[in-house]
Formats: sequence, structure tokens, C-alpha cells
Amino acid sequence: MEIPFRLNGQDATAHCDDPTTTFLDWLRETRRLTGTKEGCNEGDCGACSVIVTGPDGVPRALNACILFLPQLTGKAVRTVEGLAAPDGTLHPVQQAMVEEHGSQCGFCTPGFVTTMAAAHARGDTDHADQIAGNLCRCTGYAPILRAARAAQAVPVPAHMVEALPLAENTSAGAAGPRAEPPFAPTTGDALAALYIENPNATLVAGATDVGLWVTKQFRDLGQVIFLNRCDDLRGIAVSGDSIRIGAMTDMETVRHAIAPYHPSFAELLRRYGSVQVRNAATIGGNIANGSPIGDSPPALIALGATLHLRQGDARRDLPLEDFFIAYGQQDRRPGEFVEAVSILRQSDSLYCHKISKRFDQDISAVCAAYNLPVTDGRISAPRIAFGGMAGTPKRASHAEAVLNGQAVSETVFANAAEALKEDFEPLSDMRASAGYRLEAARGTLMGVYHQLTAGHLGDGTAPPASVLEVRA
Amino acid sequence: MSVARPLPHESARLHVTGAARYTDDIPAPAGCLHLAFGLSDIASGRLEALDLSAVRAAPGVVAVLTADDFPTMPDCSPSNHDEPLLCTGDIHYAGQALYIVVAESHLQARRAARLHVATVTETPPLLTVEDAMAAEAWFDGGPRVWSDGDVDAALDGAPNRLEGLFEIGGQEHFYLEGQAALALPGEGGEMHVLTSTQHPTEIQHKVADALGLPMHAVRSEVRRMGGGFGGKESQGNALAIASACAAARTGRACRMRYDRDDDFLVTGKRHDFRIGYDVGFDDDGRLLGVRFRHWVRCGWSQDLSLPVADRAMLHADNAYDIPAMEVTSWRLRTNTQSATAFRGFGGPQGMIGIERVLDHVAHAVGRDPLEVRQLNFYDDAGGDGPVARGAAETRNGRTHYGQEVSDFCLNAMVDDLAQRCDYVARRARVAEWNAANPVFKRGIALTPVKFGISFTLTHLNQAGALVHVYADGSIHLNHGGTEMGQGLHSKVAQVAASRFGCDPARVRITATDTGKVPNTSATAASSGADLNGMAVQAACDTIRDRIAAFLAAEHQADVSQVVFADDRVQVAGADYPFEEAAQRAYMARVSLSSTGFYATPDISWDREAGRGRPFYYFAYGASCSEVVIDTLTGENRILRTDILHDAGASLNPALDIGQVEGGFVQGAGWLTTEELVWDAVGRLRTHAPATYKIPCASDAPEVFNVHLYDNANREETVYRSKAVGEPPFMHGISVFLALSDALSSLGDGYPMLDAPATAERVLMAARARR
Repeated sequence: MEIPFRLNGQDATAHCDDPTTTFLDWLRETRRLTGTKEGCNEGDCGACSVIVTGPDGVPRALNACILFLPQLTGKAVRTVEGLAAPDGTLHPVQQAMVEEHGSQCGFCTPGFVTTMAAAHARGDTDHADQIAGNLCRCTGYAPILRAARAAQAVPVPAHMVEALPLAENTSAGAAGPRAEPPFAPTTGDALAALYIENPNATLVAGATDVGLWVTKQFRDLGQVIFLNRCDDLRGIAVSGDSIRIGAMTDMETVRHAIAPYHPSFAELLRRYGSVQVRNAATIGGNIANGSPIGDSPPALIALGATLHLRQGDARRDLPLEDFFIAYGQQDRRPGEFVEAVSILRQSDSLYCHKISKRFDQDISAVCAAYNLPVTDGRISAPRIAFGGMAGTPKRASHAEAVLNGQAVSETVFANAAEALKEDFEPLSDMRASAGYRLEAARGTLMGVYHQLTAGHLGDGTAPPASVLEVRA
Repeated sequence: MSVARPLPHESARLHVTGAARYTDDIPAPAGCLHLAFGLSDIASGRLEALDLSAVRAAPGVVAVLTADDFPTMPDCSPSNHDEPLLCTGDIHYAGQALYIVVAESHLQARRAARLHVATVTETPPLLTVEDAMAAEAWFDGGPRVWSDGDVDAALDGAPNRLEGLFEIGGQEHFYLEGQAALALPGEGGEMHVLTSTQHPTEIQHKVADALGLPMHAVRSEVRRMGGGFGGKESQGNALAIASACAAARTGRACRMRYDRDDDFLVTGKRHDFRIGYDVGFDDDGRLLGVRFRHWVRCGWSQDLSLPVADRAMLHADNAYDIPAMEVTSWRLRTNTQSATAFRGFGGPQGMIGIERVLDHVAHAVGRDPLEVRQLNFYDDAGGDGPVARGAAETRNGRTHYGQEVSDFCLNAMVDDLAQRCDYVARRARVAEWNAANPVFKRGIALTPVKFGISFTLTHLNQAGALVHVYADGSIHLNHGGTEMGQGLHSKVAQVAASRFGCDPARVRITATDTGKVPNTSATAASSGADLNGMAVQAACDTIRDRIAAFLAAEHQADVSQVVFADDRVQVAGADYPFEEAAQRAYMARVSLSSTGFYATPDISWDREAGRGRPFYYFAYGASCSEVVIDTLTGENRILRTDILHDAGASLNPALDIGQVEGGFVQGAGWLTTEELVWDAVGRLRTHAPATYKIPCASDAPEVFNVHLYDNANREETVYRSKAVGEPPFMHGISVFLALSDALSSLGDGYPMLDAPATAERVLMAARARR
């Protein structure tokens, strides 16, 4: 198949026989553009970061190692080779990296400068968050952060603005909806029709998980349906009584959209993967793959989310927690897909706490979400859900029962924490022992108690919710 | 002069534009083949049969090489001839190579390498310290013991005594560029090997042995590595040998790179240690005697484990003048990856042992750990600096291996750092915070570093260089060191430019190449600039002196009147741009090319006796870290770190600060989030960045103040600089002891925290105290 896109400001066409050819392999092996590096081949180190700009004109960093060529249809890509101006003048981020001594061995550097250039173009200045998906083993990050700060006030070079959409003559034909495999439907209706005809097909949304099936497990995906062009499955609709999130909405968009309503959920999503991962990963994928350690389901379950499924023309809704039946098993019928997830508008009483070995870009050992509305001094209809504690994202019904209707007190919370061992029998693995998971889960609940009851500090500031809020 | 200037890394522009080439970026000739190893997933046993039919039938597979294809199995070991390239029957660890797939593409080779069926008679693997001790499975013929003074008497006579035991985890290098090699077969059986290696001569030697060639038939080359940290001192041998063997057989270029998971599974890591201590001390906290026991998990082969374990013993004193000390070290053979060199080379493990002791003793006598450290320091070397606060009768100014500590400066340095970081007031504020906060506790610690500089294998302390001045005034040089990001080439170029008084832009350093400079040592032991800088200096001086002699004769002046400065050469009123001086020398038939050589003077080491002067000098530093822990979950974070580091008279302060910042964060990672987990049957479960967590940007301290300490080397090193690669790594110890300090606030008794101090270990230590 032919994939039309723009590469470093020029029209390009990638020919791929295998739709799961990664963009990284194509760049390095077919185009011999070796500035983009392979560090891990699983989207965890950022050495392969490239900037992808879609029809919305927003430049986003993505990991090229888990980006399949068909996902680039109609987009503009910029690699490290395309950051300097045509006359060779370095991009402000490149210049700052030289001046601040931001490279040592230099192998991670192309990924850093592309990620930083994407942030620079958007005007994002939360530098440590922006580069959380880029690992550097040499510098200790200090000079890289200095470079990011030094470059932030310098204007975006004109050549960084991508000319989109692609010219008609390049994007016609190949960019149209495909009737032949691999399929790339452009609407939810088309997807519904295709999927019911091909119920064994593999749906590829952001490929942050499916990508690893290919690069690490060498799984044959068989028939593939790419969802990236189903624009009507993307987006967030906030009405008077609900917030509905389309399945193809990327996690970075979800993070920003949810922040005004449930800041603790947004803070959790700040630590979901990295910028590169969140730019690719979709909320539908995070739910549909049924992982017990996906970070959005616990919070969504705690918020009482409803899942919207579609099979052909038939639609059904179910409480999100009921979707997860057992490890590797979800309530999803052949040819049925996640169309959206929605939550009711409610006053915010959500407390999320993600525990992982490293704060940023790590998979949760425990992901706790507590929705604890307090009415007339009493906890009313609490909803508690955990990831990492069972084979599925799961509610803590015993702990909920202990808290329900009670006034906030240390004893009540301690009893509820004790009840967690009735709710969960976690496993031990390389991330944490079963014993720690249970202890830490209890700790998060007691932490909520302290947040609910702690007075403000002497200087009038709120007490820290976690070590991340403690300042030097 | 170009030395001492904070010039950018010589490749900085190439780095940021993606133009810097690493081994796997180098275009290969058409028809290049790609290799992958098929790996054992069993840790210990006998390989009874290997069915490779599916491997051979896989798409793109050109050849499969097994043990049967090698009448003499090539060896990959840097030390002991105990690492067959492929399994010859005995399986030693999960990750061992069983066979080689040669295919048309990297992906095809990787895919095929999963398709074998191995029939293995499993035997119980030796995995733990206990397993290996029970089986008496050790290297070096048994434990090595070095001692000084009457330790039994010192311990028995001490007014106070305590014992402890703690575990220190290993560490994966996680160089961002994985291991890679490219072998290009030449005429007449020659082989040209491009490898991501810290040790091109070792690659040359091992490839020559594997192919049955003299060393002159093999050329080994490396322009740069994407990080090394010790992990490319010996661990690149297998890929280079495999690629060269396949290239020799097929007559085609062959390349190999490990996928990240394979890199984790196949290659060695930092040695994990168990350290036991028994210490006697007086009521003030003065150490009277210390007995250490080091249990060192070395993995399946010897590799560099003996000198690593030796260096741990040699750093068991760190900064402290201890009247009686004994260190016993068991080098244990286990069925795991063969632990190898890693920044600090055992020094960090030895050092954290004594720092833990000081901390424990301070807790026992109820004093600030910093005071107890200062009480036990060696005396500062003569001069006008302050001297130590310890009692004269307990000090002898020599280490437990008999080396005089003649350049000590930590008394003054630690005072300086304590003032800069406001240690005393902040310790009080930490206590106030802890009294007021039930959940979040802070801790602070200030720890010193004294690190010995030189290879303990004395003959390695040599280097060579080759310098050419061209008739246009440009300078091309090569030396024996390799560039892995540390800025060695930048520093060496600055040295060369300084010798010629010229603009550093005239100097180009190209790939390290065994055809240019022979018989090189690994770029390791922080020695790169010390050794190669001096060799380059010698070569430059030879050429400069020839130019000077020629110009002096031409102008009937004395040689001493020829001045090389500001990119010009001046003599007797004449003032030539450097290129004109070069051109004139060329026209006068003056040789403008020279080798240079350097061997570190004054060192001697009797390893059997454990006595001598293994180190030319010591590098020093001190760091203070403040942390916070969540006592309900164990989560923890560094809040602030201040470092003062001794790089001698720095060759390039910007690069040296980069080494200090990066070394600290890497050291902090070792002791906090970086956890290697093997399962009960010896399979490594943390084999990718998804499961093995090196620090990311937000893990660096939010407040991070790093300064160099103005302290010209007392020894005659290149421009009186000091080695800086490894010593800053050990500043990470301040983070570990700050976490321990935070735990101390939770109750009585010393918190027995193990490393790495993950959230889980911190929570469990906190729970044990309540």
C-alpha cells in the first residue's frame, strides 16, 4: 500500500507491503535517515521521537518505533534531520542544547530535540513533563532542562510550520477509505460495517500496546483495521449532565479536558506513559485491551463511567466495571468495539494515587481511585477502584461498605483500609510484591484521610497530597 | 590557552542534528547480513539436543552457526578464557547464546532466533549468595583477605561495638545505544571490525584469536559510543567475534545489534553485593576497628570480577583513617549474567559499606552523622588548609593497603560544602518539619568521596597517540581512548591546541583505530584524559619542538624564544599565523607527524599482599542531599542536592560539571529506582525500560547545585587536572543515607534499609520501625 505524507517539509510516499512496518524501520532502513535512533523498540526511551502534525495543525511528539506507517496517512512528519533551517541554522532547541552542554554521548539527543521542538512549537513550558518520555543516561537531565528553558522564549522558526492538508493530487486515491485490506475506515459507521464482517481483525488505534505485539512478540496480527482516520470517534462532548469521551481520543487530550472537572484524574494522567505515549494512546484502547494495569479504568470506574459499545448498527451501554470479566476477558462481542465512555457531571471528590517504581513513565504497581462524596459530614455512596491489585481493574466493595454512611474518622478509614484485604489478593511480580501492593493500597486510603482532615499549613498552603507536592 | 575553557562537546552539533554516526548508522556494503543469537531460557543444565529446523527454514535465513561449526570454539572472555561464544554443552545462565542466525535482515534474524527447540537436562541453578557459598562456587580460589592492624584486638578492646548486614543491588548500564558491531571482510583474510566498544584493542585481539589471525590482520575501530559506563569494556566481544566469524565464512559484511531485551538478558551488569560489618568505636564515634565481609555475585564467568571486587576492598575506607581494618571478599559464581565493569568498578559498593558504618555508628552515639564523619577523616594534606578534628593517636595517614594519603582535602572541602548548602540550619528545619508532619518525613545527609585513580592492574596505565600537523595548519590526531560521551576527544583536542597555542578548531580527532595507535588499554577507570592527554601532549610537544627548532635556526634565535600562542607562532620579531609556520616547516622538510607515549609513574601494587601504591592520586568530592518519604506508601523523592567536586585544575569545566551531574543522577538511580529482579529459576524479569527504571528528568533534584573545587592536582597530571568519570557516581550515596535519615525520624533503632531503596523497601523499613 502507498502512504502519502509529508517528511521534513517535502511530499513523501511510503510503500509498505506489511502494514505493521514501523516508521522507525522505514526511516532508518529504507530512507537511510539514521538520525532517529532505536533505543528500546517499545516506546519507553524516546530515542526514536519524531514530530507528527495532523490536520489540526498541532505538532506532537510520537515514538517512531511503535508507529505503523499507515498511521501517518495525510500527516506531516519532522525528524531530527528536518529541524534546522534549510540554510543550516540550528533550531533554537538545537542551539540551546549545544550551548548548555545538553548532549554527552548524543544517542538520545535526536529524540530529545524533536520532543523539545514539538513542545517549543506549542509553547509548552512544563519541561520535565514534556521530556519524561526521553531517557538520558549521561547528563542527569540538568543541562537539558536548562536548554529547554533557554529556548522557550525564542520564536518558532518559520520552516517548522507544516503545510497541511496535503495537496489533493498526492492525498487522493491512497488517502481515500480503503476497500482492500489493511482497512483504514474514515467513520465509525464504516468501521462498524467492516468489523462485523471481519470480527477476527485486529483493531489498531494508537498502537502503544499493539506496537509491542509486533516489535517484541513478533505476533502476526492477521487482518488489521487502522482506526486513526475515524475522526468521528475522536473528541470530548461536555453537556449539562455528562462528559462523553470518544474512544479514539488520545490520552493527552483527555488529560487536559478532564483537568477542570477532576484535577486528580488529570494529575494521574500526567503520569500515564509519557507525552509521546499519551499523544498516541487512546482511551478506547486503554479500556478495550482489558489490562489490569491500565491507568484510566480505575478513575473512570470510581466516577461511575458508562461504556458505550457498538456492534454493527447495534449499540449497548454498560457500567465500565462490568466490562472487565476476568484477566484477558472482557464483555465484548465479536465485531463489537468501544465507541465512547462517559461520566456524569458531578462535584469533584476524586482522589487518585498511582504508585510505581519511578514517578514518570512507569506502569502502576498500584493505581488507586477513590470517589468519596461527603454529604452532611458523612461519606455517601463511595466508589473505590484499583488497578494492579487483581486480574482486572476492580472495585473495592468491602472497603466501600465500611466507609458508606460514616463520618470521616481515622478509625473508619483504618477499618476500610483493613477491609481491602477482603477485596484483593494481589500478585507478586517484578514491579512489587503482593505484600507491598496491599500495604501501599492501604497507605493510599489513609493518605486520603490525612488529606481530608489535615489543616492548612502555617503559611496558608494546602498540605501536600503526595511527595510530589513537597518542595525543597 | 584552550584547556580550562568550557567548550562544547566536539560532536555537539552532530548530536543535535542527528548527523553523528554510531555503529549501526554506518552504511554497510550491499549484501550485508544480519546476526542474532538464539538464547537459552534455562539458567543451568546440559544442552542435550538443539532442533534448528524451523530456524533454518525461516524467511531470510542464510546460515545458522552452532557449536558444531567451530572446531575450536572462540572465547569472549577478557580475563580467563571461560566464555565460549556459543554453548558447548553446559548451560550457565538464562541468556547464554546457543547458536547464531545469519539472515538478510535484522528483523528476520531476530524472528528466526526464537524458533529453536532446545532439549535441556536442567540442574538446580546457583542464584543467591547462599547457593554459591554452600556450593563453594567462587572465583580467585577462595576468599581474598586484606588487612591492616590488629583487628581482633581493636574490636575486642573497643568500648562500643555493633554489627550489620546489608544488601546492595546491581545495576544495568542502560547505555542508550545497545551493543552493536559491523565486520567487513577484506583481502587476504583481513578483517575490519567497527564496534561500539570501550576497548578496541581487546576486540582486535579477540577477533584475531577467533579467526586464527595475527593481530595485524584485524583492524578495530570506533568513532563513538552511545554511552558505555563500563558496559562496553568487555561485553561487545561476543558481537564482534560473531560478526567477524560470520563475515569470514560468508565473505559478506555482517552486522549485529542486540535488541534491548537481548542486551539486558545477555550482557553483564554491576555486581550486587552483600556487605557485613563489625565495627568497634569510642563514645564520640571514633572508629577503632572495622571488619568487612563482601559477598560479590559475579555471575557465570570471571570477566572483570576480580579487579572489581578488589576495588571494592580498596574503597572500604573511603575517607576515613581507620586504625585497624580487615576486608574479606568472596567472588561468587552464580548462574546469572556475568557481572562486569560499571562506572566505579566496585568502588561504589566498597564505599557505601563504610558510609553505612559511619551512619550506623553516628546513630549509636547519638550524634549528627556529619560530625562523626569529620571526626574520622584523614588529615588534610599539608598547606594552609584546616586539619582534621580526630585524635592523633588513632591516625596514621595511610590506607588499609598501605598507601599514604598525601593529597587529602575533604576536611576543608566538606566545611565549604556544609556552608554553601546551609547544612546545619537545614538539618534543624528537617527536624521541625518531621515533628509537624505525620505522613511526609524529610531526611538529609552529607557524604564524602575519595576515589583512587589508576588501573589496579599496573601495566594498563599506559597510552599512545599519533598526531599529524598538515601543511595547511590543520591537525589530525588519534589516541588510544574512546569517546562514549564523556568528552574525552574534546579535552584531548584542547590539550593539543594548548600545546600548539592554536585554535582548537584546527584539531580533528577521528575514530579510535587500532591501525593508528596499537596496544591500547580500555577507556576505563576514569583514566581516559589522564593517560591519553599526556600521550597526545608528548606527541604534540615533539612536533612543536621540531617546528620551534626549525624557526629558531631560521631566525638565529634560541628555541626558548619561539612562542606558540593565539593561533600564531612568534620568533625574533617574526609573527606567523600557525598555518604559515606549518607550511614553512613542511617546505623545510621538517617531520610534522609524531607518536606520543605515556606511562603513569610512581605506582606499584602487590595484589597478593594487598599492599602498595595502586593509585597515582585520589579524586575527592562531597554531596549533600535532602529527600522526602511518604510513610504510608514508601514513595520518595530527592528535593535538593548540592555537590562540590574535585576535578583538579579542570581541563573543561563544562564537561566536568556534566560528568558530576550525570554521575550523581546515575548513582542515585542505582540506589533508588533501579531494581534488577530475577525469578526463582534464574530468569531476569526486568529486561527492558518498561520494567527497569533508570531516572528520568523529574527524578533529578529540583534544586541541584554543582560546583567544582579549585584544587590543582599535586601530581604531575595533564595540566594538573584530575580524572572525573567515575568519582561523581558515588555522590548518589548521599541520597541513600538521606532516605535512611528520614526513616530514622520514625522511631528508635537504626533503620536497616537495603538498596535499591524502592518505595517498597522504604515502606517496609518504615513499617519495621513502628
